[in-house]
Amino acid sequence: MGDILEVEHRVYRMTAGMHESQQNPRALAKASTGIKGLDEITFGGLPKGRPTLVCGSAGCGKTLLGMEFLIRGTQFGEPGVCITFEERVEDLVANVASLGFDLPQLIAEKKLRLDHVRLDRSQIEEAGEYDLEGLFVRLGYAIDAIGAKRVLLDTIEALFAGLSNTGILRAELARLFSWLKDKGVTTIVTGERGEGQLTRHGLEEYVSDCVILLDHHMSDTIFTRCLQVVKYRGSLHGTNAYPFLIDEHGISVLPITSLELQHTASDERISTGVARLDTMLGGAGYYRGSSILVSGTAGTGKTTLAAQFVNAACGRGECCLYFGFEESLSQVTRNMRSVGIDLAPWLQAGLLQYYGTRPTAHGLEMHLVKMHKLVEDLRPRVVVIDPVTSLLSSATPNEVKGMLTRLIDFLKSRQITVFMTTLTFEVEHLEQTDVHVSSLIDTWLVLRDLESGSERNRGLMVLKSRGMAHSNQIREFLLTQNGIELQDVYIGPAGVLTGSARLAQEAHEEAEELLQQYALTEKRRQSERKRKALEAQIAALQADIAAEEAELQQLARQEDLRQTRRQQDRTAMAQIRQADAGRAPALAGDTLPTGKRP
Amino acid sequence: MSNTLGIVGGLPPRSTDQTKSWNMRLYIAGQTPKSLRALANLKQICEEHLAGKYHIEIIDLLENPQLASTDQILAVPTLIRKLPEPMRKIIGDLSNAERVLVGLDLRPRA
Repeated sequence: MGDILEVEHRVYRMTAGMHESQQNPRALAKASTGIKGLDEITFGGLPKGRPTLVCGSAGCGKTLLGMEFLIRGTQFGEPGVCITFEERVEDLVANVASLGFDLPQLIAEKKLRLDHVRLDRSQIEEAGEYDLEGLFVRLGYAIDAIGAKRVLLDTIEALFAGLSNTGILRAELARLFSWLKDKGVTTIVTGERGEGQLTRHGLEEYVSDCVILLDHHMSDTIFTRCLQVVKYRGSLHGTNAYPFLIDEHGISVLPITSLELQHTASDERISTGVARLDTMLGGAGYYRGSSILVSGTAGTGKTTLAAQFVNAACGRGECCLYFGFEESLSQVTRNMRSVGIDLAPWLQAGLLQYYGTRPTAHGLEMHLVKMHKLVEDLRPRVVVIDPVTSLLSSATPNEVKGMLTRLIDFLKSRQITVFMTTLTFEVEHLEQTDVHVSSLIDTWLVLRDLESGSERNRGLMVLKSRGMAHSNQIREFLLTQNGIELQDVYIGPAGVLTGSARLAQEAHEEAEELLQQYALTEKRRQSERKRKALEAQIAALQADIAAEEAELQQLARQEDLRQTRRQQDRTAMAQIRQADAGRAPALAGDTLPTGKRP
Repeated sequence: MSNTLGIVGGLPPRSTDQTKSWNMRLYIAGQTPKSLRALANLKQICEEHLAGKYHIEIIDLLENPQLASTDQILAVPTLIRKLPEPMRKIIGDLSNAERVLVGLDLRPRA
């Protein structure tokens, strides 16, 4: 029994670090930050009862991260104290109010305490030895007043600017952090990024349990913030630089790469919205929770195919989230109305949520974070991204691929079907996407132009579709007033025929058919006539035979008659001659051959 | 105002109302050697330079922690000159008398 438990325990540790802290009682206790994504990266939060250093350059969100940590803490029943060395309390209140946090309310409820430590070197004269007991007293008083479990020191490095005796300062900082540990409060200490080291004054020297680095970078005029757990003593943690977003609800960090492929695959099938396409895909459509890519050159009907799918999904009562990177909502609805797809009722019913934005509006990571947030908030069953290639305008293909991998993983783990379109520029490389996501795709439809007879028509084929038997045929793809229709194409000696060539071929074949039918009926009529003639002939011949037979019988009868007559005559003669009456028949017999004469 | 005190050495020949009362506060945190030293040093300086016209209030932060934020106390000991205005702040055990005098505007800044 014990062995089994032990094995299970080890399996847990191996497979999911997330469970470690919950499974192993000796593991480090953690304080949930309540910040979206950060708890995932740190597998549970910051080290409980210990200080954490948050460092980064100016304006990268250190203070906000710390404040959100305190504010979320109050929601978990952990009051917090903020000692601010730079911003005045009023400024701080105003700054976080813009993110939807009501500090005065929390302060009134004694869940939060703010204290501004003002230091002005020009106003302070240093005359002899001192220590920072005043700070300790203030902090201790604030902590005890509300029973705080969390502390934010923002940013304690201001002390180095306010006091000249760094020897005392360093000794006091060391004392402060060990005092905070003794107090058992979970602390965030912020620090400005320094040259060649994490913080300008080497705060990392004192705070060795957990260090979080905030950073931002510009690429092609697009600004992206990212967060990295540089160090976390005694705990697993994600090591990547994770993008994060500051919006009207605070910070959202994106734990990007899920390390495992563990999402369950659904057997449920959902209609593509085009009956004929359903039959091409094993008769039932896409798999629920799969990823679908439609690639094609410009104007091949990718958006229409997406809209048709959305229309079908909304028709089933499923919520759809549509990310449009090229067209506005009204443009899409108008265009779709022209092919008989009316999206307006779904929009009104709230089943369809359209999120239109320019790809260059944010950095790639920001897009990803926003998408994550929207998916989390709206919980759709179907997500459309139209087109993913637009994202290339704000990043390199590799980055886009990375982002899409993360997004697809995320959506799949939630059983959300994702439908993406991609614009192919080079006709020669139709079976290759510019964002190189093909390996992530379950069902890949290719729309292509078929040019012949001085016209351009659309063709659709299923390039791949994992886990189902699918058609290998190219179908002609028609946009009609009733949506999409798929037609068989003609494959003749001159190649694939589509459009008017197909129509001409159809007309041609129809005419030939008619002619053939005409010829057939004519032939039938002729043969009938011939048959009738032959039958007449047969009848005539039979009549002849009958006549012949009748004649023959007549003759036979006459002969019989003659025979009888002759016999009678002979008998009469014999009687007359009075011959031997007994021999008379013999004589009569001898004369028989004469009777044979006709 | 206070910057006009440009006299070197000795008692400042001040006869204005402003200088008649020097109101000072010494913040300490418990009876530590540093606190005691600071108090002794302060008394000595005051007797030397402000005899008869000063008043010292001692505040022990261990007893009144809530007062620490009112006067923005961070370091201990801290001497605050409440009057004459403007407020002056000197930190440390006041063992460096020269700097104390400068801090109290009893000596010009170098």
